[in-house]
Amino acid sequence: MSVATQDTAIRTGRVMRTLIYLVLLLFVLFYMLPLYVMLVNSVKPLEEITGGGMMNLPQVFTLEPWFKAWSSAQIGVEPTGLSPYFWNSIKMVVPAVIISTVLGALNGYVLTKWRFRGDTILFGLMLFACFIPFQIVLIPMARVLGELGLAGSTWGLSLVHIVYGIGFTTLYFRNYYAVFPTELIRAAQIDGAGFFQIFWRILLPSSGPIAVVSIIWQFTNIWNDFLFGASFAGANNQPMTVALNNLVQASHGVKEYNVHFAGAILAALPTLLVYIVAGRYFVRGLMAGSVKG
Amino acid sequence: MAHLANADFKTRLQSWLPKLVLSPSLALVLVFVYGFIIFSVYLSFTDSRLLPSYGWVGWENYSKLWRLSHWETSLINMGIFAFLYIGICTVLGLGLAIFLDQKIRGEGVIRTIYLYPMALSFIVTGTAWKWFLDPGIGLENVMQTWGWESFEFDWIKNRDFAIYTVVLAAVWQTSGFVMAMFLAGLRGIDNEMLKAAQMDGASNWNLYRRIIIPQLRPAFLSAFVILSHLAIKTFDLVIALTGGGPGRATELPATFMYSYTFTRNQMGIGAASATIMLMTIAAIMIPYLYAELREKK
Repeated sequence: MSVATQDTAIRTGRVMRTLIYLVLLLFVLFYMLPLYVMLVNSVKPLEEITGGGMMNLPQVFTLEPWFKAWSSAQIGVEPTGLSPYFWNSIKMVVPAVIISTVLGALNGYVLTKWRFRGDTILFGLMLFACFIPFQIVLIPMARVLGELGLAGSTWGLSLVHIVYGIGFTTLYFRNYYAVFPTELIRAAQIDGAGFFQIFWRILLPSSGPIAVVSIIWQFTNIWNDFLFGASFAGANNQPMTVALNNLVQASHGVKEYNVHFAGAILAALPTLLVYIVAGRYFVRGLMAGSVKG
Repeated sequence: MAHLANADFKTRLQSWLPKLVLSPSLALVLVFVYGFIIFSVYLSFTDSRLLPSYGWVGWENYSKLWRLSHWETSLINMGIFAFLYIGICTVLGLGLAIFLDQKIRGEGVIRTIYLYPMALSFIVTGTAWKWFLDPGIGLENVMQTWGWESFEFDWIKNRDFAIYTVVLAAVWQTSGFVMAMFLAGLRGIDNEMLKAAQMDGASNWNLYRRIIIPQLRPAFLSAFVILSHLAIKTFDLVIALTGGGPGRATELPATFMYSYTFTRNQMGIGAASATIMLMTIAAIMIPYLYAELREKK
């Protein structure tokens, strides 16, 4: 099931092909439009936007909106720019991605190579947890974070994202390890290798592709989360998405659209970069895991 | 003797180890997901307002909820949004996948461009579309400065049309992903069968209608399940794009729950609405997961 090579056997005439290219091109424009709007308007003075020039290339090129969005724009009450919130997001994302991926790998290993009665039901319970509307956990979560002393802390947010990410990471590793030959594991067992030795020496070295999938998925989801950040973050550890929303929705003063666009790009940059650099591996790894089961 | 006992302990440890390794994750999920669900459902039967409270009120929150016009509005909006969002994403995703499957030059680049919105936060998507659709500075203003003075496009500020701008932005964000799902499905179809049918003189239209599209059933099902659960969970996009307005024109159950629980201090009613959201998703997800996991045994 390789996406890149095998095309359909269907043949099309010249008129039809031209039409197809036209439609595809039209949608390229559609998908690029918001990115174009954000980019060109983030490097022009505000008057050019308010004067009806949103679609034009900048007449005066300036990086001022970017600097302002990063370091001096008013977010909430403080004129800090988005930079502290950018680091808040990093501090929240990194441990959450690492821990949820490690747990997912171990779970996937147990659920495929050390199967026991009822393991599919347990996996089903974990998987369903990915799809619940998070509104159903907001109220008790606020209380529990408070009781754990994690209310309004970055660790609290990381914990939340670990809990609701386990289902996905387990799913990925389980599907991937399911097609890994069990005979190799049995042979190693006969040679006296233990649970962790087998994981460390046999499964882990070939887990690269699926680890990439899990890391990209978790990174994107957690970086882009808004609901948990808005509900549980304290004033000083809000993630980037919440800060961006505060910047854009601020009701006081002049609306600096160019700063908003620059801020939006700043918030999008990490996930966009990951997608551009590693997107190929994401699709490839996903395919490797879903060939069978 | 001691050596034997030690070996025995080791094998017993080995047989418990897998379950031991699984248990922290399982405990987290049981407490933070299922325990919390039970707690929230319980709260929906209590008189909780600003804080959780445990006075039992039976179905009162639910009967109040169903009498609220605010809730009714968010359900109607959900209906419109989900129907259009799922429908348009499916048709667009399938169409683009079929077109992209015709030995297209630059397929890789096009695919990347179609898919990148999925990497963005809904807050970013919402911000971009919010200002692009804003009649004061966006499309309407641009068209008017370009000389088309009677051009009007104020959907985002118009009570009757604002919900369609949410559909537009959401379709923009996810249709490329649906396209990728259908493309993977198309690439899995056996070409020999198509060639045989072509020999028999079947037209392209008939090939797609009779042979190819019916074989995409699993892709249709996955797309439907993913899109419907995304639709019910839609929250950030509305917050960033319209804030639920103008008025209540773009309120959805997720925004309703948030405002009733955290700003209006009607936690019991908020919990009741969250319970209804959960039940709706469960009705779609549980049969799907059950079928998926059973097949894989």
